Amino acid sequence: MNLLAASATDLVRLLESGDVSSVDLTRVFLERIKSCDTAVHAFASVTQEAALAQARELDELRAGGKPVGKLAGVPVAVKDVLCTKGQLTTCGSRMLASYAPPYDATVITRLRAAGAVLLGKTNMDEFAMGSSTETSFHGPTENPWDRQRTPGGSSGGAAAAVAASMASLSVGSDTGGSIRQPAAFCGVVGLKPTYGRVSRYGLVAFASSLDQVGPLASTAEDVALLLEVIAGHDERDSTSADLPVPSYGELLSEPLQGLRIGIVESHFAEGLDGEIEESVRRAVAIYEQLGATVHPVELPHSRYAIATYYIIASCEASGNLARYDGAHYGHRTDEGRMLEELAEERRLLVESGDADGAEQLDGPLVRMYRRTRAEGFGDEVKRRIMLGTYALSAGYYDAYYLKALKVRRRIRDDFDAAFQQVDVIAGPVTPTPAFPLGERTDDPLSMYLGDLYTVSANLAGIPALSLPCGLTASGLPIALQLQAPPFEEARLLRAAHQFQGETDWHTRRPSLVEES
Amino acid sequence: MKGCQVSLSLADVKKVAMLARLQLSDTELERMTHQLGQIVDYVNQLAELDTESVTPLSHAGELVNVFAEDKPRPGLSRAEVLSGAPKQDDECYRVPAVLGE
Repeated sequence: MNLLAASATDLVRLLESGDVSSVDLTRVFLERIKSCDTAVHAFASVTQEAALAQARELDELRAGGKPVGKLAGVPVAVKDVLCTKGQLTTCGSRMLASYAPPYDATVITRLRAAGAVLLGKTNMDEFAMGSSTETSFHGPTENPWDRQRTPGGSSGGAAAAVAASMASLSVGSDTGGSIRQPAAFCGVVGLKPTYGRVSRYGLVAFASSLDQVGPLASTAEDVALLLEVIAGHDERDSTSADLPVPSYGELLSEPLQGLRIGIVESHFAEGLDGEIEESVRRAVAIYEQLGATVHPVELPHSRYAIATYYIIASCEASGNLARYDGAHYGHRTDEGRMLEELAEERRLLVESGDADGAEQLDGPLVRMYRRTRAEGFGDEVKRRIMLGTYALSAGYYDAYYLKALKVRRRIRDDFDAAFQQVDVIAGPVTPTPAFPLGERTDDPLSMYLGDLYTVSANLAGIPALSLPCGLTASGLPIALQLQAPPFEEARLLRAAHQFQGETDWHTRRPSLVEES
Repeated sequence: MKGCQVSLSLADVKKVAMLARLQLSDTELERMTHQLGQIVDYVNQLAELDTESVTPLSHAGELVNVFAEDKPRPGLSRAEVLSGAPKQDDECYRVPAVLGE
């Protein structure tokens, strides 16, 4: 059996029956990473020794007849935004290039307790800000389907790792589409859970009211398996929901008869790629064959979602990233050079008789902050911090941040009203398939506009799933987005699972040339 | 409404860079002024919506007063907390002198 092509659910069975050991399985995936990842660059770091040690321990437990967890021995990749104790957690940033946190994120603790073997940390846009994984200081990840194109972002490494069979399960994070869009570009399933469904403790913060951790895998069944492990209340995250976690896996086969699917016609208007529209409509037709009914719904404020999102996310980011000050952890500028430079600036100002200028010159501590942050952050992160700082500054708060919070309420109200009429809302994930590397890096606004179908779910806090539903004529993946009311992840997974029972898009894999 | 329909000036961007504790070169300041101006122009579309009577939504969960049990539990040791610091003396973080210039 081809272990690389097997689903995580199958791997659990093979490990349970003893057909394969955890150590052997881990070696298979580590070999695959070695042969593929010089090309794809999905990983920021590979923790080979720790993974093999974990696998050995699991094999011993099993041999001793001891109980093991739900994911015992399954190789998992984790986005480099989740803290792993004593292991590099770089967030794709020079600021954290050598940062090894002193504690594990709750999601990591849960994965370890379930026996998941952690292969390494996946590449991402710097601090999860981006839609192409090009802002990573490690360099971009390539799309395994077409290496000239982006895998999407910010969880580009997480999606590419699954697409290229370098991990059977992947954990990402989604603030405005960062799980769903790369899942769509790479032809895998990705789920952004309800806000509060998964603990954010140990997730490096980008925009705290929008960030949510979630699973990526080839099948809905595997996504359900991983969600069951990582979801649940955590007293260390006061925004995590104190609600029981359903057995998602057991609910996958409940019939879809009578499922009401909402379609937002304006989402199919100008700007949507023709092949995507065709595949998405065909996917909806498959649901009708499965017994679902289709109804038009309206989300009148969704056209304001991008503006609302970029204000709120940037404001929250500017506050969250204030912690990178060169004092507590992470990068710090060369202090000697900084002090020399400051003395030289002062000398020049005094010599030229500019007393005001000399007076206003940064003090050493402020200059240390400013230089550290200038060196540690990349362009996109600086842009977002600047936008957020501007929008929160005196005189602009009401016009931007407060205004955006009010529009956010309208966007949520639209969903509440729509979900009175339908059970799920179906539509595209992205307006285009994976775009070429470099195409949008100099035009931030064009990069932002690509997020139009995904950001609303974060603003409203609802769960949303990206499901492969086709390929373009040139062989690029296309995906369907399904959104549901809060805490109805089971409904999304059930719909996705049964779609995969009728279609074979999830079995398609890129024909990646292996370098050996 | 203040702040709307006005693109950013170079002076605005310089001031924001100081507030954000970022040191930007002249080239960066110019590029940033242009790019932020475009983004600000785009987000100004929100001004066309009447939101007078709308309650702001700061958090999708809208949870209030989440209290933890008042019970001490072990945290990280000082050594662990200081382990990532660029400069420390086993007791404190070290930073450039703030006073006494």
